[in-house]
Amino acid sequence: MSVQVWTYLFVFLSFSLYIGIAIWSRAGSTKEFYIAGGGVTPLANGMATAADWMSAASFISMAGLISFLGRDGTFYLMGWTGGYVLLALLLAPYLRKFGKFTVPDFIGDRYYSQTARLIAVFCAISVSFVYVCGQMQGAGIVFSRFLEVDFTTGVLIGMAIVFFYAVLGGMKGITYTQVAQYCVLIFAFMVPAIFISIMMTGQPIPQIGFGSELTEAYGGGYLLDRLDGLSEQLGFATYTEGQRSTQDVFFITAALMFGTAGLPHVIIRFFTVPSVRDARKSAGYALVFIAILYTTAPAVAAFARTNLINTVSNAEYAAVPEWFSKWEDTGLITFDDKNNDGIIQYVGDPETNELNVNRDIMVLANPEIAELPAWVIALVVAGALAAALSTAAGLLLVISTSIAHDMLKRTFMPDITEKQELACARGSIFVAVLIAGYYGINAPAYVAQVVAFAFGLAAASFFPAIVLGIFQKRMNKEGAIAGMVVGFTFTAAYIIYFKIINPAADSADNWFFGISPEGIGSLGTLANLVVALTIAKFTPAPPAAVQEIVENIRLPGEPTPR
Amino acid sequence: MSDSRANSYWKANIRLVLSLLSVWFFISFGCGILFVDALDTIRFGGFKLGFWIAQQGSIFVFVALILIYIRAMDKLDSKYDLDASAEGAKPAQEESQ
Repeated sequence: MSVQVWTYLFVFLSFSLYIGIAIWSRAGSTKEFYIAGGGVTPLANGMATAADWMSAASFISMAGLISFLGRDGTFYLMGWTGGYVLLALLLAPYLRKFGKFTVPDFIGDRYYSQTARLIAVFCAISVSFVYVCGQMQGAGIVFSRFLEVDFTTGVLIGMAIVFFYAVLGGMKGITYTQVAQYCVLIFAFMVPAIFISIMMTGQPIPQIGFGSELTEAYGGGYLLDRLDGLSEQLGFATYTEGQRSTQDVFFITAALMFGTAGLPHVIIRFFTVPSVRDARKSAGYALVFIAILYTTAPAVAAFARTNLINTVSNAEYAAVPEWFSKWEDTGLITFDDKNNDGIIQYVGDPETNELNVNRDIMVLANPEIAELPAWVIALVVAGALAAALSTAAGLLLVISTSIAHDMLKRTFMPDITEKQELACARGSIFVAVLIAGYYGINAPAYVAQVVAFAFGLAAASFFPAIVLGIFQKRMNKEGAIAGMVVGFTFTAAYIIYFKIINPAADSADNWFFGISPEGIGSLGTLANLVVALTIAKFTPAPPAAVQEIVENIRLPGEPTPR
Repeated sequence: MSDSRANSYWKANIRLVLSLLSVWFFISFGCGILFVDALDTIRFGGFKLGFWIAQQGSIFVFVALILIYIRAMDKLDSKYDLDASAEGAKPAQEESQ
């Protein structure tokens, strides 16, 4: 069977599975729609969180970015896992104890202010939109290459599927589809990694293969030494050495960590378990499940890079393998024979380099480059779609709860019935899918970069407001509101300036303290903290009832007195 | 639970969180970023130590930190008799719907 047939088969089977689960678990009440009824086991929630969390960026883009960034790619690895330590230790148990449905619920109640609630709604919606666009874009890439439909049609198919099960099942449907999607995506990521690891190093565990010697067929010597050697030879940066400034890597890592802990679609997952203890446990499970992929990714990056160089460098253009020409058709690989010798010069110097490879395709192309069996390639496609769709669904749910629950029910139309609220939630998913699809088709930058901005914004708005709300009893609404507004505005302005208004100036010379737009969220977080603490000092303490809520969420068990 | 007991529970919790977070900071920002070049002079197998911590080792440490936290908090909860109620208690979301 050809790759094409396998791909259709796997994609069809996995999609039927998701739709089947969605029908089986459709939601009847707002509680089911928002938090899956609150009865999800920690193990299932851990898997769902991992799938929710690992997006198209983690699955498709990350290993590719690392394989081009070398050691600098570290900020994705540490940033997107280290944030879970913050989430588990500082947020998850307390937010679970607080109960309720959404992040704006917490902000609005803790800061006894509708203004604070609405600001939180605004931040939640903007962060989720930026993020969901990246997912749609990822799904589009996969469809256009492997099902050979055009990119726009690809995005549309992705939209239709997500829409179907998010609208039907709400959080309940999403949770159980995400459990299935985790299994699909981790299997799809690990199988080719193990195959390639065995092929290149004879070591079945990719994490160990990463530091092992290559087999004779690949020229022997340690993989990483070999990769460093190849890179130097062709004029690329040495793989295991950093190119970016230490402070930039530091700040990007911090922004991704704070952002991870502040992303509303991840936080709300912890509302779905029965108790505080389960919230802690499921944070642990989630990171274990995530770590399986994240410790494999750097190995995949190194394997893919070595393989790519071996395959294309100084190869004859007329004799390139089929995958090469297929990616060329999508425009994601371009070859420009500058010296007209019919041979691919793939080198670090932009003057003489003839090959451009889009970083987002590395994971997808990797099994083909390594000449793995057709079914493995098809499996990767199904995995990539699982990753993109599971995250998109989680994000769309945040958007819909923010609109139906926080904006309508809790703010503007407190009298609507549960049935009406549920209808609004479903309606807003529909609108959100359309907007996300539009921006997915017309989005800037690479998938992982788009996503990195969402992190900056989440870091600078939510993370400090929630942590202070739990750990600073004295924190009041004036401080929290000012902090969120300053953090969000500063971060958004910096990113918009360098990415949209004046992209020409986007270089280390013009950055604040050498911090790139990807890392500015950590400075925004700091600004948020400083502003919040200062303003809270000069304004009245929060009312006694609110201070009591804070004391209460600090203890597991006993229900919140109202 | 009395205020003083709640207070000492919270203090023990903060102590635990701070000590785990200092390890978190030291491994990720310290070993993985600030001292990475110095650590790279040490090699084991095919890895430079700094590079390995940055790309893999730190993630294993993160997992370990959360697992230690879960165990330590379970112990702390049972020491303060908070574990029994933690299992069965439902937070007050019913009445707020």
